[in-house]
Amino acid sequence: MAILFKTSKMIEMQIDDFLNIISEAGILFKKGLENYLKDNTTEFEKRLNAVSEHERKADELRLNIEKQLYMHTLIPESRGDVLAILENTDRVIDDIKEALQVFAIEHPEIPEKFDERFLELADSSIESVESLIRSVRAFFKDISSVSDHIYKVKFYEREADKIAMSLKNEIFQADIHLSQKMHLRFCTQQIERISDSAEDMSERLAIYTIKRQI
Amino acid sequence: MTYILLSSGLFLGWSLGSNDAANVFGTAVGTKMIKFRTAAWIAAIFVILGAVIEGSGASGTLGKLGSINTMPGAFTVALAAAITVAFMTKLKLPVSTSQAIVGAIIGWNMFSGSLTDMTSLTKIVVTWILCPFLSALIAIVLYRFFKFFLAKAKIHLLDLDAYTRIGLIIACAFGSYSLGANNIGNVMGVFTFSSPFHDINVYNLFTISGNQILFLFGGVAIAIGIFTYSQKVIKTVGKSLFKLSPVTAFIVVLSQSIVLYLFASTEIRDAFMSLGLPKYPLVPVSSSQAVIGAIIGIAIAKGGRNIQFKVLGRISSGWITTPVIAGIISFVALFFVQNVFDQQVYYKKPYSLSSEVMVQLDKEGFPIDKIKSFEGTRFSTGLRLQQNLKKIKDLTKNDKSMIYSIAAVDSFYIYPVYFKEIESEKILTYEQLKSLETLSKQSFSHEWEFQDELISISTDWKYRTEKQMNYLSYNKHLKKQYNFIFHFFRIY
Repeated sequence: MAILFKTSKMIEMQIDDFLNIISEAGILFKKGLENYLKDNTTEFEKRLNAVSEHERKADELRLNIEKQLYMHTLIPESRGDVLAILENTDRVIDDIKEALQVFAIEHPEIPEKFDERFLELADSSIESVESLIRSVRAFFKDISSVSDHIYKVKFYEREADKIAMSLKNEIFQADIHLSQKMHLRFCTQQIERISDSAEDMSERLAIYTIKRQI
Repeated sequence: MTYILLSSGLFLGWSLGSNDAANVFGTAVGTKMIKFRTAAWIAAIFVILGAVIEGSGASGTLGKLGSINTMPGAFTVALAAAITVAFMTKLKLPVSTSQAIVGAIIGWNMFSGSLTDMTSLTKIVVTWILCPFLSALIAIVLYRFFKFFLAKAKIHLLDLDAYTRIGLIIACAFGSYSLGANNIGNVMGVFTFSSPFHDINVYNLFTISGNQILFLFGGVAIAIGIFTYSQKVIKTVGKSLFKLSPVTAFIVVLSQSIVLYLFASTEIRDAFMSLGLPKYPLVPVSSSQAVIGAIIGIAIAKGGRNIQFKVLGRISSGWITTPVIAGIISFVALFFVQNVFDQQVYYKKPYSLSSEVMVQLDKEGFPIDKIKSFEGTRFSTGLRLQQNLKKIKDLTKNDKSMIYSIAAVDSFYIYPVYFKEIESEKILTYEQLKSLETLSKQSFSHEWEFQDELISISTDWKYRTEKQMNYLSYNKHLKKQYNFIFHFFRIY
């Protein structure tokens, strides 16, 4: 019996770590984008490396958790759902890393007047990720509050949508070359995609939550 | 020979282990929360414990329904029940050993011309109907409680998983214990009147009664059934019924265990009575119906969707079909065993309305004028007496049962050779033993006659009235002492 509880506690800690890492990666993304917009290349590089490291750790943790759940035949009823939650949440950190890499590799030229709008978009996208992390934590510990957090994920995703739409409008009305317009639109979409992934995940989570009711 | 005759009871025990025991832990294994081997070990151990420790409660009621008084008779009755269970399982019809054995006993009563105690039968049937409803009710209450508690307690999914596993293990143990206590009567109850085992005193520490040894054998047969066949039953039963979550599986196991225990434990019943609640009978109930009841209870608590009314219909049809089939098989089998294999399947239990009986009836306040015309008549069977009593119009149910109990002819002879053995069993008090010895070499032809004689010598043989201290447990023990000496001195 003691082993059963010890294993459970260990996996609980790993799940917490996994979610912390994703949450941190979101903050690092925002900081990294700020550094990029301020042309602070060294700091930006550091943030990018940190996000990559976080992504690697998250993968490692996820695989370990999955292995443990199967090895000890824990939560047989919700194991499939928990694995799906972990894998889809992991996809969010992948999106965060990819978005930051776009800035690192493609060096988009962003006119200063769009800086604020890009930061706003990043804020909303990362807020939706934060709400998603809170809802996943609630799925494990406090099932009744999952829906409140899911509602916030949706709210921030809609916000990010609106900002992205108006930013794209502004970009295409600006007096810059078409190739630059298309490049900036692509960067906007990359940031927007983070909140889209968070929303997709939250929709699945809503179903898993219904299944978790006793 | 005696041990060979026990084999049909063991066969019935085996089928109970493979069918009914699977219901106890089927949901736990079905939800993959407990491995089959773990569940089987727990179930086997606790079924045996339940049977030996508390098996006597529910088997007593079956005894009242029909006291099968020869081993070949008991063998045939148990065999008829076992065949019914096996046959109906094969046909995938809902079946319960409880219902099969009751039908088989009634078959014996009809064959031997013995009376079926309608009060006991009514109690048994009412309990069967009540059982799934009660189980559903308990499941609803437990479901509501756990839903509320889990919402408040905010337990981590993985911790909940660990707690549920522990809960399931405990509930399975409790369920198996209750099953053993409640259903051993089905398996071995018919053998209690003709059991070859005597009480054994273990180093003066405790006494194992002859019935407990009998129940131990039955318990082992159930355990073998669990190990050899229940896995197959779980595969079909566990999954096809309803999809349960681990927590609801726990609630189902717990609800049915409570119901089984409620109808097996004399302590719980006495506790209920001391609270001023009505006395209810201890009856072997069906574990499968308790499980189905609990699952339906959960479906109701979840909003009443997905209730399969067909299942309900199938349950209620089982209340009738199983006992009828078992009764017919029992009757036919008894005929064969008696006439083809030349075995005595029953001892005739005659009834007599002799002048002594009339005096005794008069003493008990019975209006003997009503049956004056039968004074001095002897009836070869209970059924004959019953038919004759039908001719008298204004006899109440109570009047009739008083006549049946007082007019029943028994024969006791007080062999002095038994005194040493009785003393060594340490069941009787010194006073009781001395009073018994004064009756040496006397004979009695009615239980009440023997009993009255003993009471006249020693007050230790007198039942306590409701106003006296601990009257329930005292009277229960005294009854056991009476049965003990009746068993020793009864001659056929």
